[in-house]
Amino acid sequence: MWVQAEVFLQTLVAGILLGGLYALIGIGMTLILGVMKIINLTHGQLMMVAMYIAFWLFTLFGIDPYVSLLIAPPLMFAFGMLIQKALVNPVLRVESILPHNQVILTVGIGLVLQNAATILFTSDYRSTPVDYASTAFYLSDLWQGTPVEISLSLPWTVSFLLSVVITVLLWFFLAHTDTGKSIRATAQDKDAAMIMGVNVGLMRVITFGLGSALVACAGCLFIPIYYLFPALGSQFTLIAFVITILGGLGSTLGAILGGLILGVFESMTATYVGMGWAPVGRFVIFVAALVFLPGGVASLLKTRKLSK
Amino acid sequence: MKNNLAPLIVLAVLAALPLLGLNSYVMHILILSIMWTLAGMAWNLLGGYCGQVSFGHAAFFGMGAYSAGLIHLHLGASPWWGFLASLPVVALVALGMGSVVLRLRGPYFVLATLAIGEVLRITCENLTDFTKGTLGIMITRTWVEKTQYYYIILGLAALAFIVCRVIVHSRWGYYFVAIREDQDAAESLGIDTTRYKTIALTVSAMLTGLAGAFYTNYMGYIDPGVVFSLGEISILIIMVVMVGGVATEWGPALGAGIMVILAEYIRSLPLIGVAYQTMFGVLLIVIIIYLPNGLVGDWPVLKRKLLRRGAPA
Repeated sequence: MWVQAEVFLQTLVAGILLGGLYALIGIGMTLILGVMKIINLTHGQLMMVAMYIAFWLFTLFGIDPYVSLLIAPPLMFAFGMLIQKALVNPVLRVESILPHNQVILTVGIGLVLQNAATILFTSDYRSTPVDYASTAFYLSDLWQGTPVEISLSLPWTVSFLLSVVITVLLWFFLAHTDTGKSIRATAQDKDAAMIMGVNVGLMRVITFGLGSALVACAGCLFIPIYYLFPALGSQFTLIAFVITILGGLGSTLGAILGGLILGVFESMTATYVGMGWAPVGRFVIFVAALVFLPGGVASLLKTRKLSK
Repeated sequence: MKNNLAPLIVLAVLAALPLLGLNSYVMHILILSIMWTLAGMAWNLLGGYCGQVSFGHAAFFGMGAYSAGLIHLHLGASPWWGFLASLPVVALVALGMGSVVLRLRGPYFVLATLAIGEVLRITCENLTDFTKGTLGIMITRTWVEKTQYYYIILGLAALAFIVCRVIVHSRWGYYFVAIREDQDAAESLGIDTTRYKTIALTVSAMLTGLAGAFYTNYMGYIDPGVVFSLGEISILIIMVVMVGGVATEWGPALGAGIMVILAEYIRSLPLIGVAYQTMFGVLLIVIIIYLPNGLVGDWPVLKRKLLRRGAPA
């Protein structure tokens, strides 16, 4: 009985820790989706690039991945702005039959990034062997007579807490600064924002940079606890859009909840069904969201608010 | 009558090609080009005419391929029956998927198609008892010579060409284009948009499944990483159409020829050979920025530019 509860609680904790990181990936995606109205199908690949930056900083200079948080995201911010300015903006102006050209474009960028990484760094699996990788806290250390034993891995916990801090900072930026407000205005109504004097073009560039920087943060937080290979990007692109759908397109709060839900769900699937099935579980929750809750968690929050 | 002449001439020329005694490598290139033409035409029906961009045609391709492989593995039947077996399987999945995803607008369809290809790959890798997992399925090829395969895929492609042409010029085809151009307007004119999008998806999926079933018979070996591949199947199909020309009759054929030859050429180069997908990515970006409607679709623009450059003399 206690053993089962222990397994369940441990799985739940692992899921929440994973979900915090997923939320960070999802927020970046949902920001870009909200402002640009396009799905960024190269989101995971951007994270892969950031992870390689953190990996090489660690391997060559011994810089701790958590310190790379100060280096990789600004670089990716610039890289994201460059992508938007040099590639996505020209496509927005082009007349074409298909409305999805920008989405196909992001796929092309993702292909280039992934294969460039394969050529430069080979497809070997890599990881950063930080010396605190296997350190953990135990519940029994704090509470001697606890009936269930739960362990908290140190890097997982630190990554989770840092992702919470970054999310709070982002919320502050979006809610209380002029640029943040302009970004939200652009997402809500591009034309109205333009009339109010918001530089919509600039906001788009900044948003793409911001989304890239956020996913770069997630990459730096993931690298101490995960392994790295060039094809990892596509997997995380899929995760990012499942979170986005779950949360509701373009909703930041939704993305946080969506990330947590997905994290817990995946962790449960891995424990109770089998490791290999976690991606299928991801798809099940995706289809369920499409069928029963097409507006995502955000639509639930909205109806709650209205009915009050 | 005039409209039917060009396809007949092309078909006759293609049918006469093996009589020239081409070597087996050239035949291989031709067979692959025609196979991708078939898949490209299928994608074009849904993506080009109906405007529903699919990133997961590998799902249908793979299902076709596995239909052929699995009836051979479990029933001992000839993998050629895979053509027949794949049709109902693929159609059912496409109908189910369409009824869920096509009710919604916007990016949902793109996302769902992307997901379904990946999920089928993972499912195939994990159902080791049923599909042999990542080991893949090996079959004995019927012929050593390529000529028979050539005529079979040519026949299939011709069939697909006719199906696409009939549909595009029928009432359905006009509905598809109406949906692509303005879904609200289409709906206000009484077009059941979900229904016609689902029809486009199902027909497109079935034709892609045929290409997949052919792939099993021709290659003699399939595994989930290859036939459900996002980069090598789904994206390649999109590229075939984008390069050739979206919503054009001959675009997929032109695009398929270019892509297959380009892939073979880049792969044969030293050093950057491994990077052929990078080249594909770069090509895709260039095409979207400069020729968004493909070579056939933007041919008038292209011709004008070329003529103007030649004119100053």
